[in-house]
Amino acid sequence: MELSTAFTKSLTGAEMIPKSLSDEGVQFVFGYPGGAVLPIYDELEKQDKVKHILVRHEQAAIHAADAYARSTHNVGVALVTSGPGVTNAITGIATAYMDSVPMVIITGQVPTHAIGQDAFQEVDTVGITRPCVKHNFLVKNVDDISVTIKKAFHIASTGRPGPVVVDIPKDITTVKGKYFYPKSVSIRSYDNLKNKIVDGNLIEEIVMLLRQAKKPVIYTGGGVIFSNAHEELKSLVSKLGYPCTNTLMGLGGFPGTDPLFLGMLGMHGTYEANMAMQECDVLLAVGARFDDRVIGNPKHFFREDRKIIHIDIDPSSISKRVQVDLPVVGDVKEILIRINKKLQTISNVVEHPDSVEKWWKKIEGWKNRDCLSYDRDSKIIKPQMVIEKLYELTANEEEVFVTSDVGQHQMWAAQFYKFDKPRRWINSGGLGTMGVGLPYGLGVQLAHPDSTVLCVTGEASIQMCIQELSTAKQYRLPIKIINLNNRYMGMVRQWQEFFHENRYAESYMDALPDFVKLAESYGHVGLKVEKPSDIEGAIREALSQKQRLVFLDFITDQTENVYPMVPGGKGLSEMILV
Amino acid sequence: MENTDSRHVISVILENESGALSRVAGLFSARGYNIESLTVAPTTDPSVSRMTIVTSGSNEVVAQITKQLNKLIDVITLVDLTDGSHIERELLLIKLNRNSQAKHDKIEGLVREYGARFLDTSDGTHIVELTGSGSALDAFLDKVDKSVIIELVRTGASGIGKGSRVLSY
Repeated sequence: MELSTAFTKSLTGAEMIPKSLSDEGVQFVFGYPGGAVLPIYDELEKQDKVKHILVRHEQAAIHAADAYARSTHNVGVALVTSGPGVTNAITGIATAYMDSVPMVIITGQVPTHAIGQDAFQEVDTVGITRPCVKHNFLVKNVDDISVTIKKAFHIASTGRPGPVVVDIPKDITTVKGKYFYPKSVSIRSYDNLKNKIVDGNLIEEIVMLLRQAKKPVIYTGGGVIFSNAHEELKSLVSKLGYPCTNTLMGLGGFPGTDPLFLGMLGMHGTYEANMAMQECDVLLAVGARFDDRVIGNPKHFFREDRKIIHIDIDPSSISKRVQVDLPVVGDVKEILIRINKKLQTISNVVEHPDSVEKWWKKIEGWKNRDCLSYDRDSKIIKPQMVIEKLYELTANEEEVFVTSDVGQHQMWAAQFYKFDKPRRWINSGGLGTMGVGLPYGLGVQLAHPDSTVLCVTGEASIQMCIQELSTAKQYRLPIKIINLNNRYMGMVRQWQEFFHENRYAESYMDALPDFVKLAESYGHVGLKVEKPSDIEGAIREALSQKQRLVFLDFITDQTENVYPMVPGGKGLSEMILV
Repeated sequence: MENTDSRHVISVILENESGALSRVAGLFSARGYNIESLTVAPTTDPSVSRMTIVTSGSNEVVAQITKQLNKLIDVITLVDLTDGSHIERELLLIKLNRNSQAKHDKIEGLVREYGARFLDTSDGTHIVELTGSGSALDAFLDKVDKSVIIELVRTGASGIGKGSRVLSY
């Protein structure tokens, strides 16, 4: 890129980094200092446009920036030092990569002359992050810093989003170079994949197939949320009157309280969603990828007489696990707009209303199976009841965000909390990273300071990033932690019960801390809840503490399992039911 | 949906940047794709490299391979050469012991027959060069007396489309 000197300024590499971030409009950078990034931290300190959030472990910096991105549609930004700073960040980066979260991670590197010398705190960052990033860069020249950062934001936020790492050696942050932050960049090997206009005939074909359906299902995933296509999806589903189901990542993409919603599908999806998915004759898949936790065994899922339409921005997601009949590559929102436009010109959109009515009757029959039922009269706290109460008591609030960790509590939250809006349900779907819940809470609460942020977790997951209680204190983040404490790694225990003849190898959580005292020692409020009759009062109490982080430790039934369950390798309709 | 593995030659134009090769190699190992050979070198445009990858898999797997390659940011464009008429060539360099006159005469005959060349003669050895399709090189090697082979090296295939089949960018 040729630049006239009129537009460039001479700055040190370190000065360029906060400057680039503020020129990009970045609000927060989550990070942790260290030797290789000291010059950058020195410059961060001298400005006030970009606010740095100091976490207690680099993994949490990435998770917090990731949750900030998921809950806002902005790119999440993190800054870590070389070596262990990077290796600690890897879990966070891989988590964001698996769920297609737009992020830019700036990593310090040892000086250029020391690279390859096994220098102190040296790691091959580009090499070690390569399999879990959308792209990465090693900047070798100070003049390239700003343009590389711009490229990173461009790649992270366009197409199928993902994390991008920019590795910057220390020596180039201390020398001066030309600064120019471009408004846009073009990357020849990347931009040529975008903006392919979907052929009008393909839209006609989709509409025709949808109209001819007798047993239709609309199945949508995280792509609807990332492309902000929830309104378009709602109009499409409402216009057709067809049943809609969401993946774990797609919850909130279609209103959870809508009568056309079948609930989540997949390994712990509802009976009705899984049965409908298995038996439908026309399946419209939108921004979803037919993964193993969603459709189970692809051989079992296959049906000769089912037509599949698949809309996704990533061509490699199409016909990867399931062969589809109508592949449509492009932005979900744009394509849904065109389908809706076409449908608006048609008066009787559904060609077989009687068949569709019969299909709904069949679905009602499946719904009557009441697959999420549990013992509501239990003397011991049932985890499902906690989530139900939590939903009841927060459903009327305008802005509620729920983050979760990974395991049984995550599935109960997904099943029992009804998300009517996108970007309100923040969890690790693809990588299934225990420990994300609390740092996710940090990122969401910072992005939405006046909103209620609930972190649904378990006593095993929360301990993986428990140190972030300190960060929450420093920045006065009033997250409400809902700890479903069953003294077991619950999902591990469940699999051991089902598939390992009740041998609970290493899944019992011995020597647990007193979570109430732990929360208090970090300066927060802790409450222990042991009786079902106390659930509501405790949640009300926590919600009333607007300025404080409240840690609710619910002592729950150790034997409760998540139902329905599609065992690994089985077909979607081969569920274990309660 | 029975679908047997078949051999594919994929030609890739990618940015001539450090790390671009490892992105491609890493993709194949991470996703468990077969890779028979891979050759890469810059072209007349020093900003790009052209790579030839020989792989095998079912149609579904090869479709995924090309999609995943296209997804790499450094990949500018690619083509599956085996979709149409093309030419593939690889290079063989073989060092032979020339102590026995009888065996040497036989080698000389083979070199003529296959259009190979003697490149070097020193320390009682010959180095022979042969360029051709993989199967031509195999056929040549089949006929060479194994007892005279000291060492050999083969490149992977380089491929190019015939006539109007041009991989431009």
